[in-house]
Amino acid sequence: MVIERNTRKVTKGVKKTNRKNLSDYGWAYLMIAPTILGLIVLNIWPLIQTCYLSFTKTSGFGKNQWVGLDNYIRMFSDSSVMHAVINTLEYTVISVPVGVIISLFIAVLLNSKIKGKTIYRTIYFLPMVSAPAAIAMVWRWLYSSDYGLFNYLLSLVGISGVKWLTDPNIALISVIVVGIWSTIGYNMVILLAGLQEIPKSFYEAADIDGAGPIRQFFAITFPLVSPTMFFVVVTTMISSLQVFDYIFMMIDKTNIAMEKTQSLVYLFYKYSFITNDKGYGSAIVMLLLIIILIITVVQLKLQKKWVHYQ
Amino acid sequence: MKKSIKKFISIIAATVAVSTLVVGCGGTNSTGGGAKGDVTLTYAIWDKNQKPGMEAIAAAFHEKNPNITVNVEVTPWDQYWTKLDAGASSGTLPDVFWMHSSNFLKYANGDALMDITDKLKNSSDVNLDNFPKDLVDLYTAKGKNYAIPKDYDTIALWYNKTMFDAKGIPYPDGTWDWNKLLEVAQKLNDPANGVYGFLSPVDTQQNYYDFIYQNGGEVLSEDKKKSGYDKPETKEAMQFAVDFSQKYKVSPTVQQFADTSRDQYFESGKGAMAFFGSWMVSEFKANEYVAKNCDVAILPFGKKKATMYNGLGNAVSAKTKNPDAAWKFLEFMGTKEANAIQAEKAAAIPAFKGTEQAWIDNNKQFNVKVYPQMLEYAHIFPNSETRSKWDPLETQIFSKMWSGDISVEDGCNQMAKEMNDLLATEQ
Repeated sequence: MVIERNTRKVTKGVKKTNRKNLSDYGWAYLMIAPTILGLIVLNIWPLIQTCYLSFTKTSGFGKNQWVGLDNYIRMFSDSSVMHAVINTLEYTVISVPVGVIISLFIAVLLNSKIKGKTIYRTIYFLPMVSAPAAIAMVWRWLYSSDYGLFNYLLSLVGISGVKWLTDPNIALISVIVVGIWSTIGYNMVILLAGLQEIPKSFYEAADIDGAGPIRQFFAITFPLVSPTMFFVVVTTMISSLQVFDYIFMMIDKTNIAMEKTQSLVYLFYKYSFITNDKGYGSAIVMLLLIIILIITVVQLKLQKKWVHYQ
Repeated sequence: MKKSIKKFISIIAATVAVSTLVVGCGGTNSTGGGAKGDVTLTYAIWDKNQKPGMEAIAAAFHEKNPNITVNVEVTPWDQYWTKLDAGASSGTLPDVFWMHSSNFLKYANGDALMDITDKLKNSSDVNLDNFPKDLVDLYTAKGKNYAIPKDYDTIALWYNKTMFDAKGIPYPDGTWDWNKLLEVAQKLNDPANGVYGFLSPVDTQQNYYDFIYQNGGEVLSEDKKKSGYDKPETKEAMQFAVDFSQKYKVSPTVQQFADTSRDQYFESGKGAMAFFGSWMVSEFKANEYVAKNCDVAILPFGKKKATMYNGLGNAVSAKTKNPDAAWKFLEFMGTKEANAIQAEKAAAIPAFKGTEQAWIDNNKQFNVKVYPQMLEYAHIFPNSETRSKWDPLETQIFSKMWSGDISVEDGCNQMAKEMNDLLATEQ
């Protein structure tokens, strides 16, 4: 008898949620429909098409010819693609840790009681608001070997003519500096939001226990901001692997540093749009997709080791 | 009550969100226009210096055909072909647009251009005999015409009069050969003040192509089946162009050119001489420094006289929504009247024979008559169907040659091989 009553309750409950289902979920689907539609039309469908294109040889306008793995075989024996992979990884490996650590440091400083906090936050966020083309133009002038500001200042202390953008060994570092500078603000704002969620009571308790600021940082701040850090690290890594605009705007086609600076997306642009070889360009971008997927999966797995969820 | 207001607001929000998505996806193509018969055409060009000239032609056309309006759109050269390629693949090309020899075959063979052979035969306003034959042939593919020549350009030697005066050297007068060019460049070279004698960058039409043909070499064989880069005459010419910066140090290096363009060097008085095409005249006219201090002369000759010449063409999209109106505009642009307007506005040297005098008269501050003068020994710009693939290779390989990473011999051989591979894929 007890069992019967229970099942009746359960079936009654199920019926109730069914009626609720339609009106709640219906509205939910309607609200997310525009984004989902946009995602499918602008992201997922082009992804499938690019995957298809990577197996074809494009000629003329839209006349594609299936060639199977030819593009991939060509890609793995192409030294410029291998260099681009190294360049892209180098860019990411340097700009992500340096960028995130600087952003965290600044976010911690701007979270404390100092005067003019809002002004500093605005200043640090400004690069995000400026147009990338304008940023590239100004930095390009700053970096100019003969007429740029940096070399002028260096010449005053006796160091002459550093070829910031035209020396194959330094050009990528110069671009990395611009890349880090322009995204500090964005990461800082997100980390700041994460920091402000940490209850002040933890710090008060630590003060009572006699912990210094550095100890407090590593014992309280870092673990509690690690979910936000994780988000920042993953998204910064993905966008670093996709670097294109600064390289395109600061490194000229005749620049001999190009081979050691061009990224995979730059090569994709070059093959798809300049030489009109969309099949090969698509194969290159599929390679990038696989690299990003592998790195992101690895990061998700490593999550458990360092991210502290409350 | 509150619940229904909330519902109402959320419906509005959702509708707005969906509609902005749809509207945002809409393109900006030429439309049929409001009233019946009113047509708006888009005319795409890449040179902002020529925009006033093109708009004047559009206005003159509009006077004759009040129901057709032409909108001139400028897209800078670097993005013009990317945009046009995308338009051709998706069937949304502008109605009328500039065509360049380097991309013509790709578009003609890709069925992106309207075949105007028959229309030209039946036209009473346009006669192809009025244009240089090489240019008309340039814009023919498989025996059919696809574009009407718009203008032609040649390359000439620009020099800084002030620098010549300061050192008491007589101006170039068309009698110079390569040795004289190098000699004067060395005299005018002034490294202490950052001034270079002759600016020699990795540039095809405005630099090494001219040297190649002056030395009797070639970039592409006449039948377009073989590359000319493995010929000794071509290699000699390339060596000459490279030596300016590497051996004689009278030109900025390729690294310096990547930071500061040749135009910038010349326009700031840091270069004594350089080769520039006739399309640069309007920019130089507007540039205070050049207008005051510089002038132009006939190119020096090598083993023989030669200059590159090329011409733009006006073409109509094969899939335009307004074929008749577009053809009418194209036809108008092939008349003497339109070419005269071009010359007047100093846009470029019009292709119509006999109209170039107006262009010369309108640019009196420079000795521009040398440009049409060189037409008699000018060589047409070499192009083939796969040019868009071997052109970037030229930039890549020759940049290394200019910086000394590879020798001229190796670079030219490598280029010849890559080019021959690509030429073999053409039909």
